[in-house]
Amino acid sequence: MTVTPKEKELDSVTIRFAGDSGDGMQLTGDQFTDTSAIMGNDIATLPDFPAEIRAPQGTLPGVSSFQIQFSKNEIFTAGDEPDVLVVMNPAALKVNLRDLLPGGLLVVSSDSFNEENLKKAGWKSNPLLDDSLKDYSLLKVPFSSLTKNALAQTKLKPTEIDRCKNFFALGLMFWIYGRSMDHTIKWVEEKFAKRPDLAEANILALKAGYNYGDITETIPSKYIIKKADIRPGSYRKITGNEATALGIVAASELTGKQILYGSYPITPASNILHELSKLKNFNIRTFQAEDEIAACGAALGASFGGQIGFTATSGPGVCLKSEMINLAVMTELPLVILDIQRGGPSTGLPTKTEQSDLLQAMYGRNGDSPVAIVAASTPSNCFDFIIEATRIAVTYMTPVFFLSDGYIANGAEPWKLPEIDKLKKIEIKHPGANAAGPKLAPFLPFVRDEKTLARPWAVPGTPGLEHRIGGIEKADKSGNVSYDPDNHHRMTELRRDKIRRIADTIPPAEIFGEKKGKVLVLGWGGTYGTIHAAALELIEAGKKVSACHLNYINPFPKNLGEILKNFETVLIPELNMGNLLFLIRAEFVGIRTIGYNRVTGQPFKVRELKERIEALL
Amino acid sequence: MTTTTIPAVPASGNPFHYSKEDFVSGQDVRWCPGCGDYSILSVMQKTLADTTATARENHVFVSGIGCSSRFPYYMNTYGFHTIHGRAPAIASGLKCARPDLTVWVVTGDGDGLSIGGNHLIHCLRRNMDLNILLVNNRIYGLTKGQYSPTSEKGKVTKSSPMGSIDYPINPLCIAIAAEATFIARTVDTDPRHMGQILAKAHKHKGVSFVEIYQNCIIFNKDAFGEVVGRENREDRALYLEHGKPLIFGKNKDKAIALDGFKTKIVDISGGIEGKNILVHNENDPSPNYAYLLSQMDYPEMPVPFGIFRSIEKPTYDEMLTEQSKISVEKKGKGDLRKILYTEDVWTVGPKGA
Repeated sequence: MTVTPKEKELDSVTIRFAGDSGDGMQLTGDQFTDTSAIMGNDIATLPDFPAEIRAPQGTLPGVSSFQIQFSKNEIFTAGDEPDVLVVMNPAALKVNLRDLLPGGLLVVSSDSFNEENLKKAGWKSNPLLDDSLKDYSLLKVPFSSLTKNALAQTKLKPTEIDRCKNFFALGLMFWIYGRSMDHTIKWVEEKFAKRPDLAEANILALKAGYNYGDITETIPSKYIIKKADIRPGSYRKITGNEATALGIVAASELTGKQILYGSYPITPASNILHELSKLKNFNIRTFQAEDEIAACGAALGASFGGQIGFTATSGPGVCLKSEMINLAVMTELPLVILDIQRGGPSTGLPTKTEQSDLLQAMYGRNGDSPVAIVAASTPSNCFDFIIEATRIAVTYMTPVFFLSDGYIANGAEPWKLPEIDKLKKIEIKHPGANAAGPKLAPFLPFVRDEKTLARPWAVPGTPGLEHRIGGIEKADKSGNVSYDPDNHHRMTELRRDKIRRIADTIPPAEIFGEKKGKVLVLGWGGTYGTIHAAALELIEAGKKVSACHLNYINPFPKNLGEILKNFETVLIPELNMGNLLFLIRAEFVGIRTIGYNRVTGQPFKVRELKERIEALL
Repeated sequence: MTTTTIPAVPASGNPFHYSKEDFVSGQDVRWCPGCGDYSILSVMQKTLADTTATARENHVFVSGIGCSSRFPYYMNTYGFHTIHGRAPAIASGLKCARPDLTVWVVTGDGDGLSIGGNHLIHCLRRNMDLNILLVNNRIYGLTKGQYSPTSEKGKVTKSSPMGSIDYPINPLCIAIAAEATFIARTVDTDPRHMGQILAKAHKHKGVSFVEIYQNCIIFNKDAFGEVVGRENREDRALYLEHGKPLIFGKNKDKAIALDGFKTKIVDISGGIEGKNILVHNENDPSPNYAYLLSQMDYPEMPVPFGIFRSIEKPTYDEMLTEQSKISVEKKGKGDLRKILYTEDVWTVGPKGA
């Protein structure tokens, strides 16, 4: 490609699209992401939207945004601050301007800056007319009127025409960053197959935006971001919740089991239910229950029946499921509980991310009630850890928490697709009709496997194995009701030891960087991208720092203690007030641990984290 | 294991030649001596032995918490003694995953109508193919005698020394409001009647809801004595029979007729003609008639026993299976590769390629 003087090459760009909740910013961001992924860039995204479906138009609480970083290099986050900010109204400018880097490109939908909108957003004077924006490269584009002109020939109503202006903005950004419009055109045609007039209008707006870039001379530059140099393979763009749903389908295939997915609508977990309910031609059944308790109960009922019960929710739902999870602990049945964490306590911040449910998963039940806990670290990693959670649940006959969070659930990245034939089958054995031994010998549902300490999973319908289980303490081996003091102590130990045994079948934790040194950054779950990016940048700058990221939290990998011992300080960054910090301090005495804790509803910024690490070096 | 098999019900019943003992588990029964639950357990074991067309290993009893919820331990079938109020939820999941099983739910007035009221309503309205027995003794027994949601107003208990100020709930009204497809009432002291009702509840395809009046001998003795006591029951109880007029009384001289939107007692000692006596129709598709019956209570009216409602409509588990079938017919059996490798996939070749 010949580079005209107007074109510049960049390694990475971070763009944020921001507008009113009704302006279609998530859709615009998604389309930009899809196209960038297909064009071979590495990508990472951060959608950020209010809990209200449509807060009053034009107001600050109604602002919705979508940030994407795309790059020719491997990237791990959606970028700290945008290089480019596209705002569709004065409120979006007000909320997002503080994040735009000085000198950054600011694209403004100028005809939305009328007196009413300025007032709603709390601007005392029109920032487009004074020097408020002098530090930025300002591009004023009257999106509404240009879209109106472009669609003058259509028969749409004025409100319908105005709703196409996000496609005009998208078209302009496509032109500036040299993106192809093909994918979006195809998408629009499919999306509006039943309304060809709307499809045509959106495509016209998209093309008009693109051509506007071409013909106007106000655009400072056009940019090229080359394809990323990534590992060969087949890729697709994936969000955490999409990967989670696909992981559940894979878990069903790998176990040969039907999965009953019990769920109650809750942000940010609901779209897993939406995805799975489309997949009824697989061995998946979805059950939208009357509440969180019943969702979990139905899942447990399915597991008792010899299928695998899954239930998904967010923190407030986990509160309600606790009693049922405890029944699963007591009856030693497999169950996978998905907690897509969000800001808490209580209703908290429904659409914002946080990692503050780890201790709830670990301890939020009555009695000594150990469960297994795994956490996904990136959107695509959700696929792998749903399969892992399933393996642990059925191998050890235990409930397993799968922790994800709002950031990785909605954020997207390119996913190098697994080779399906290489996914490992998960073996499940149910005792058969003759398992009770000689005729009339009672079946013993709590005799354990020597290695795993798991009890047999005898399923209804098997003649001769009729047995009763329940939430009352059971006698070792026979499973009959028992209030015997020593038996209760022994059963409590057995339940604990069974969870500890899981460590025998999980991989060791890995260190990124030197194996010994001054500072180890220890993280878990959805903060992987930021922590890894910060460590990588510091190492590349010649600093001595190491990082370790946990996917297995209960039990910890066996080598974790050894790893920690080799560092003077272990820095534990978390989007909570110190959940993992608490567990590490409890488990590994004598390690110097420091927390780095932020609960802003947003992921860490790489820059902040680097500063914190450097202060320890 | 995922296929649905609806067992054919032979006319004579008991294709397995079970005896009552086949349904007795080895565990010691730990209810108070004289508890009405003994009778319910015994009738259940006998009814299954005599009538079930489902193999023993395909029966599952699921219960919540409370005296009656110990039921599964004593049945030699698969059993799950769960947590307070949640049995309908767990049983629903079990039935969705295993439509081939016959799933029973045993609950009480506190378990089913107080802490678990929500689950009960929703499993009834979904027409989940479960058989639900609600053992109603109008008291919390296992926690030693507090008033329950079915206790009469003014009841003096440990937690209501001045008399309860809660208005009671009528279990059958809940079932009717949720439009359950099979609704019946029986009593622990009438094993013959209970056996008939349990057999019909078992046979019914769809959710069956059976309220069983039960005597808690320790904390609410003779709660239903005035109605079901041997001396008075013919005058105070009304036995419903499909297609027959609503007649009761020792001398069969009283009947039920309509008075506007209410029921009234009419004297039929002089004959039935011209009295507009109600004829029982348990198959009435509208729930209005069943509701009218449910409002009849002692002392104003006799208390109806028997089947209030028995209608057919598709069950949840059936429709769930059907949707899977239709989905496979339309899209073909699910292929993991196809949903992973969608048309949005792009390929990165080896370096230099």
